[in-house]
Amino acid sequence: MTDMADSTSAKAKGSQSRVLDAARVRKRYRAETRFRWYGLAAIGFACAFLVLLLGDILLKGLPAFEANTVALDVTLDAGKIDADAIAKSNFNSIVNGAIRDMFPGVTSRSDRRALPKLLSFDAVDEVRSAVVANPSLIGTTQNFDLKLSDEADLFFQGMSTDEVTIPVTGSLTVEAADGGFRLTSSSNDFAGVLARVKQRLETRRAKLALQASQLTRVRERLAAEMPLAEAAVKEAGADATHTHPATRRLAKLQADTSSVAATLERLKAQTDQLAARVNDTSGAEQLTAVLPSYFINLPEKGVVKITGIGGSHITGEAYMPVAATGAVAAGNWSLVEYSQPEADRRISDKDIIWLTSLREAGLVKSGFNWPFFQRGDSREAEVAGVLGGMIGSALTLTVTLLLSLPIGVAAAIYLEEFAPRNRITQLIEVNINNLAAVPSIVFGLLGLAVFLNFFGLPRSSAMVGGMVLALMTLPTIIIASRAALRAVPPSIREGALGVGASRQQAVFHHVLPLAMPGIMTGTIIGMAQALGETAPLLMIGMVAFIVDVPTGFSDAATVLPVQIYLWSDLPEAAFQAKTAGAIMVLLGFLFLMNALAVVLRRQFERRW
Amino acid sequence: MDAAVMQAEKTHKTVMTPAEPLIMKQGKPKIVAEGVTVHYGEKQAIFPLDIKIPDRAVSAFIGPSGCGKSTFLRCMNRMNDTIPICRVGGKITIDGNDIYDPGLDVVQLRARVGMVFQKPNPFPKSIFENVAYGPRIHGLAHSKTDIEEIVVKSLKRAGLFEEVKDRLDAPGTGLSGGQQQRLCIARAIAVNPEVILMDEPCSALDPIATARIEELIDELRQNYCIVIVTHSMQQAARVSQLTAFFHLGTLVEVGDTEAIFTNPQERRTQDYIMGRFG
Repeated sequence: MTDMADSTSAKAKGSQSRVLDAARVRKRYRAETRFRWYGLAAIGFACAFLVLLLGDILLKGLPAFEANTVALDVTLDAGKIDADAIAKSNFNSIVNGAIRDMFPGVTSRSDRRALPKLLSFDAVDEVRSAVVANPSLIGTTQNFDLKLSDEADLFFQGMSTDEVTIPVTGSLTVEAADGGFRLTSSSNDFAGVLARVKQRLETRRAKLALQASQLTRVRERLAAEMPLAEAAVKEAGADATHTHPATRRLAKLQADTSSVAATLERLKAQTDQLAARVNDTSGAEQLTAVLPSYFINLPEKGVVKITGIGGSHITGEAYMPVAATGAVAAGNWSLVEYSQPEADRRISDKDIIWLTSLREAGLVKSGFNWPFFQRGDSREAEVAGVLGGMIGSALTLTVTLLLSLPIGVAAAIYLEEFAPRNRITQLIEVNINNLAAVPSIVFGLLGLAVFLNFFGLPRSSAMVGGMVLALMTLPTIIIASRAALRAVPPSIREGALGVGASRQQAVFHHVLPLAMPGIMTGTIIGMAQALGETAPLLMIGMVAFIVDVPTGFSDAATVLPVQIYLWSDLPEAAFQAKTAGAIMVLLGFLFLMNALAVVLRRQFERRW
Repeated sequence: MDAAVMQAEKTHKTVMTPAEPLIMKQGKPKIVAEGVTVHYGEKQAIFPLDIKIPDRAVSAFIGPSGCGKSTFLRCMNRMNDTIPICRVGGKITIDGNDIYDPGLDVVQLRARVGMVFQKPNPFPKSIFENVAYGPRIHGLAHSKTDIEEIVVKSLKRAGLFEEVKDRLDAPGTGLSGGQQQRLCIARAIAVNPEVILMDEPCSALDPIATARIEELIDELRQNYCIVIVTHSMQQAARVSQLTAFFHLGTLVEVGDTEAIFTNPQERRTQDYIMGRFG
């Protein structure tokens, strides 16, 4: 007995001292702290990326929600409109005339042709439909808010080029010279312009020089390989026909060397030229289209574009008529730089000046881009909208939900509650799990082969799209529903069976209501997946360029993600904004669906 | 263990204590089992057993864990049907009707043979709905007042009405453990059964709640045939009139409760009651 007591107390002592071992305790606390930090770091990382992603999309997409209009007086000349066939009358010349009238000083043929392009092509339709709706307007002059082109929108949103006002202090003398103008500042205000231009030139020179140095290294490498190649040819001797590998290698080396040398020479010439321009101290410089554009705003809307700098004066070309030559006091003129060179942007210098003058006149209004939500796709960025995609998505998802929810839940209930456990049900189970992992494009191929080619259902339609997505969503819903059914405690089933409910009554009265929140969650996850799906829809023709907003399940339609995919492919800058804007709409849809899921889940959970 | 005991174990013979239990003399037995066997797949859970269970009395099944007492209990309302690998042999009759007759509707059987489970399992609905569910699906009531009458009567019989009469719309899952178990008993008696099977109804309850349930069982004995599985020998001694001792799938001894606890005939029964194994 004493032995036993001793050994127990010794054991207790040992274990106690081990528990209280300070080093071990500290180590344990450290491990826990470290683990907490890992978790925080992971969450921080994820949040940072989310903010980056959303911020980027927001920044790029916001311009898509803003549109600019210009208020123009349009003379609806009775002579140009055929009162009997208004819709067929030539409204182009009427609207073009209206914008040309705003710029009486613009006389050259090419400029007069460029002016109407400031307006959206939609502007003509706007005027036409107004007159069709109200023929009494014919013969009057009406003020219309006409949509501007996408490039104009981008310019007003500051997406085309930066606009920098360079401060000036002196007074200006304006003289006409050589068909252009010669302007002299009393306090050397153009030195700043020259410095900025030289800086640009220097940047370009440095870039070219870097290219040249990289190429020089390539040439050295080629030169080092040359003797080896020559030796190989010599060794081959008589065998070295023109098809022999050694000969071919030498020929390639020689060709490369000469082409590198030619490029280097060209680069060197360019760098030298640029260096000469940078180092030139005469103060003279020509401003070409690859350099930023500089404008001088004169009184009474006169605008001169600077074409050359020569010391204290500049030479320029009038882009808006100059009212008078002579002296202009300080403060009555200004100097503006558009940093993006004209050659690198889609909007021309003249367009910019015209738009700016319209803005100065207070005619340009900026507002929410409602047409973005009211119209279908278009080749013209300023009138392309997401309504087609939104309606298409809604129709497609309706079909998907109507097909996949009842079938999926019924399959899950049968498999989980009624099916005997045997080979066949096991096989079905394995196949359902495998289907969930099948790449979605395969479902698209299946849809193409079965729904379109075999059953001959309408191509590109929301109906077929919904059916294909339903196939894709079914495994998700079945698996989620089965998990939800399995999670209902068996005691509920036993309780129901115990009071004499049949198996079906037990399932539908007790098990299914309890499983409903889980089934809802699974369904919403499946639907969200379907909402974002593109690949299977490409296969059944929903990728087509569809202008009309679908009105039924069998109409040709497209969906939001496909619309995004289509727009992201287009080169126009305005479509890049539309792409991001459409992504925002899609995300909005997703948030809405998730909110709905939460609300529904709450609703069902309240009934326990 | 001597040879006689081993022999007894192999033959799965049941000892009657006394040879003619007094309780059986009160009337015809309600439930009669003859040669009942149960297999779970390959494994035999119950070896052939015969037992007669009296009406308007409490019969207790005792024995160590895994001895087959719950399995046999679940045979009596065919709850074992829900387990695919379970096979039941032999014959069980209630009032002379074979309950494994293929022509018999199992739903009707379960309406006649109610069941209360080990863990209280009220439906996640209101107290009222819990009790009203059974009568509704069996069409026992046709009007709202009928249903209300049945619910109130059942809750009163289960001794729960006074505690919940002001909150019949409250969720049944919000009650205490003992109240939940009494709600389950109310739910079982609402469909007007003849037999109530109880599978360790007090094992998840504290002593006070247990005492209330035992009191209730004693009251219910006046109207029902009650079969209770329990791990507590004191409980068996307190509430039952007939006791059956199971061991390793065999019904070892059955008899009047008093006789079993005071004068068991079988060595294994004695050992179990004395607490020597189990």
